[in-house]
Amino acid sequence: MDLKLKVWRQASPADQGKFVDYQVHDISPDTSFLEMFDILNDELVEKGEDPVAFDHDCREGICGMCSMFINGHPHGPEKATTTCQLHMRKFKDGDTIVVEPWRAKPFPVIKDLIVDRSAFDLIIQEGGYVSATTGGVPDANAIPINKENADLAMDAAACIGCGACVAACKNASAMLFVSAKVSQFALLPQGKVEAKERVKKMVAKMDELGFGNCTNTYACEAECPKEISITNIARMNRQFIGAKLS
Amino acid sequence: MSKIDSRIPEGPLALKWTHYKEHQKLVNPANKRKIDIIVVGTGLAGGSAAASLGELGFNVKVFCIQDSPRRAHSIAAQGGINAAKNYPNDGDTIYRLFYDTVKGGDYRGRESNTYRLAENSNSIIDQCVAQGVPFAREYSGYLATRSFGGAQVSRTFYARGQTGQQLLLGAYGALSKEIKRGSVKLFTRREMLDLVVMKDGRARGIIVRNLFTGEIERHSAHAVLLATGGYGNLFFLSTNAMTSNGSAAWRAYKRGAYFANPCYVQIHPTCIPVHGDYQSKLTLMSESLRNDGRIWVPKKIEDAEKVRKGELKAKDIAEENRDYYLERRYPAFGNLVPRDVASRAAKERCDAGFGVGPTGLAVFLDFKEAIGRLGKSVIEARYGNLFQMYEKIVDDDPYQTPMMIYPAIHYTMGGLWVDYELQSTIPGLFVGGEANFSDHGANRLGASALMQGLSDGYFILPYTMQNYLADQISVGHISTDTSEFDEAEKAVNERIEKLLSIKGTETVDSIHKRLGRIMWDHVGMARNKEGLEEGIKLIRVLREEFWKNVRVPGSNKGVNIELEKALRVADFLELGELMARDALHRNESAGGHFREEYQTPEGEALRDDKDFMYVAAWEYAGDDKEPVLNKEPLVYENIEVKTRNYKTS
Repeated sequence: MDLKLKVWRQASPADQGKFVDYQVHDISPDTSFLEMFDILNDELVEKGEDPVAFDHDCREGICGMCSMFINGHPHGPEKATTTCQLHMRKFKDGDTIVVEPWRAKPFPVIKDLIVDRSAFDLIIQEGGYVSATTGGVPDANAIPINKENADLAMDAAACIGCGACVAACKNASAMLFVSAKVSQFALLPQGKVEAKERVKKMVAKMDELGFGNCTNTYACEAECPKEISITNIARMNRQFIGAKLS
Repeated sequence: MSKIDSRIPEGPLALKWTHYKEHQKLVNPANKRKIDIIVVGTGLAGGSAAASLGELGFNVKVFCIQDSPRRAHSIAAQGGINAAKNYPNDGDTIYRLFYDTVKGGDYRGRESNTYRLAENSNSIIDQCVAQGVPFAREYSGYLATRSFGGAQVSRTFYARGQTGQQLLLGAYGALSKEIKRGSVKLFTRREMLDLVVMKDGRARGIIVRNLFTGEIERHSAHAVLLATGGYGNLFFLSTNAMTSNGSAAWRAYKRGAYFANPCYVQIHPTCIPVHGDYQSKLTLMSESLRNDGRIWVPKKIEDAEKVRKGELKAKDIAEENRDYYLERRYPAFGNLVPRDVASRAAKERCDAGFGVGPTGLAVFLDFKEAIGRLGKSVIEARYGNLFQMYEKIVDDDPYQTPMMIYPAIHYTMGGLWVDYELQSTIPGLFVGGEANFSDHGANRLGASALMQGLSDGYFILPYTMQNYLADQISVGHISTDTSEFDEAEKAVNERIEKLLSIKGTETVDSIHKRLGRIMWDHVGMARNKEGLEEGIKLIRVLREEFWKNVRVPGSNKGVNIELEKALRVADFLELGELMARDALHRNESAGGHFREEYQTPEGEALRDDKDFMYVAAWEYAGDDKEPVLNKEPLVYENIEVKTRNYKTS
């Protein structure tokens, strides 16, 4: 396949940045999207140009590191797929592909397609855990948990923290990310003890960091590579109201 | 006197760890605040250790290469974590888990360490459940388990096909709690480029590069813990993440830490086969699939040829014309033999001309019988995300047609040599998780890597590091303004400047791919003397070419990904030679190390217990000198050493 790429290039956080056009040729349809970028970068290096900086690591859809905004969609056009698992067979020969970084104020661009997502770590640090210290815990089977809740907790816990939900949202809201973690613990007995403090602190931090509000466009759910459900946001809202009222 | 002293506590095997804890030295709470600890890596071992040490009250500085500690490659582990809970009442005990692990490792691991690992396994499950890790559960509400290779009990706990992710997020939660509390300070996007060892021989700091700014930073501490994973990416193509590398361990080796058993590399039998030159990594399909999937190739060589040409489909081959070769060769364990055995058996069939797929380097993993027996929905619930991942990569539906799989580099059992306390030969340098060599012998069983990472981090290092630190309370803050730090930083800067100044014609990746090819062909699944000698020559030639002709564009300022890769590949080009050298010296076959000259008439690995029942711990002697071989004899007092037998129970 031959493709035309319009790629966002930005030398540093302070640089204004711009789109630059590239051509890639003879790309196999079995190539992954990131491997297509590897090929482009190899050519750029051979020509003595600066390769495109992008985040990636596991390349199997679980680490949450990759983060390209492709043709107007975070992680590209294929549903429930991270950029690293997207393959060129989903495109047509001769296509033009536009590639940008995540665009959101709390995720500043560092270089080209790399953004800084430390804001997510700061939100988790406010209480996205059960404060059990190492040792001194009961036997694992001492707390039976009904399978339905355990499965729902796992659905929420499958979030990879990539930030696609924020990139997809016109308000740059982090509600889906935060609610996935709040929900996981709201559904489990282990999480109940700290439930009220958790939801209040995590929401406050999210607001403080400049993430926007949720206006129910459902874009986050539609674009989430792990199909995290919007029902988590409803659950978090109930938790939040309950915590504020008590 | 050799520095090899494994410091195994006295007493019966089952009481050694208890005995150790009863007699170790402690640091009182007020003094813990005066002690700094550096932890490099935030995977299961590093993340859990940093969190636990922070909880105890030490000042911890933790470093990771990614943008968040949650992204360490432990996250990609799929299948599960072993523990001797015996919840299914199927006859499991701590001893049995220990025994299976030592046997699975082909009697090349240290007995006392492996026993302690099995002993800690149950506490890990308790800890993770308390953290809210959503393990799979039965309708009763109690925890579910499944089986993995090398075991006849069901002892593997799991969270769908994302067990590593969930355990890592548990450790990340614990770490985040300590960061918030102020006991742990987090440094992201930092790569360790050297270890700082003081004149008194103690490890006291590290040199890191800030991957955003390019700045070289000095960090000091009273002790350093490396939890930097394995070196499988030496082969270019592996199941490791793209940034996984061996540099931290290699730099520690060059500062005096011994490197143990580098030739023990795990080749995982069930990965998606290589399909093109542009490919950047290989993807694992979890071993758990072997619970329900049956592995086969065509019985008739002409059928295999037709399948390769696309003239015949798997479903057109009648049952009697299929060779379920693992069930045929190993009736007692069948498809659940250990990984090294399953990988070699796949290679044997493919080399003999029975392989499938366009390249002939693939075998079928078939779920038809399981789907017929259990229904599609059960299979979907068990392995749905794996099937989905397979379909995305290969563009084929494994519910309809069998998967095609082939072995790939996955894990390194070798690593920095450590004693019973997980301390290297450099005082104050501890090593945890895949980065050390200690618990898996020559082959690791499935679902044991997660167990080891968390055992080291939650339940061993917080004790043993404290024992070391007990007499460090009056040392005071360690300054970074010393000649040792100057020297280490200067060496790092010189290496970087040298790489940037070569301005050759070969990209880093192209040299890395060539190194991977040499390793796979000469130091891969089957090795022999001539091939290894040739491999060493080729690695040396390639290393010379790298330093003359590599092209690293850009500068040391800001993000420079080619420079990052070049620094890693430079170290792989040295580590690869040590791996080949270790494989050449070990004139036997054991676990993941298979020497063609040493096999039984049936093609099984043939150990030489008389001459090679030892850990090979290599000592750096200088770039132009051969490394020195130190031997730690392996003594088995609680297990009868036998030839591994997976044919009869």
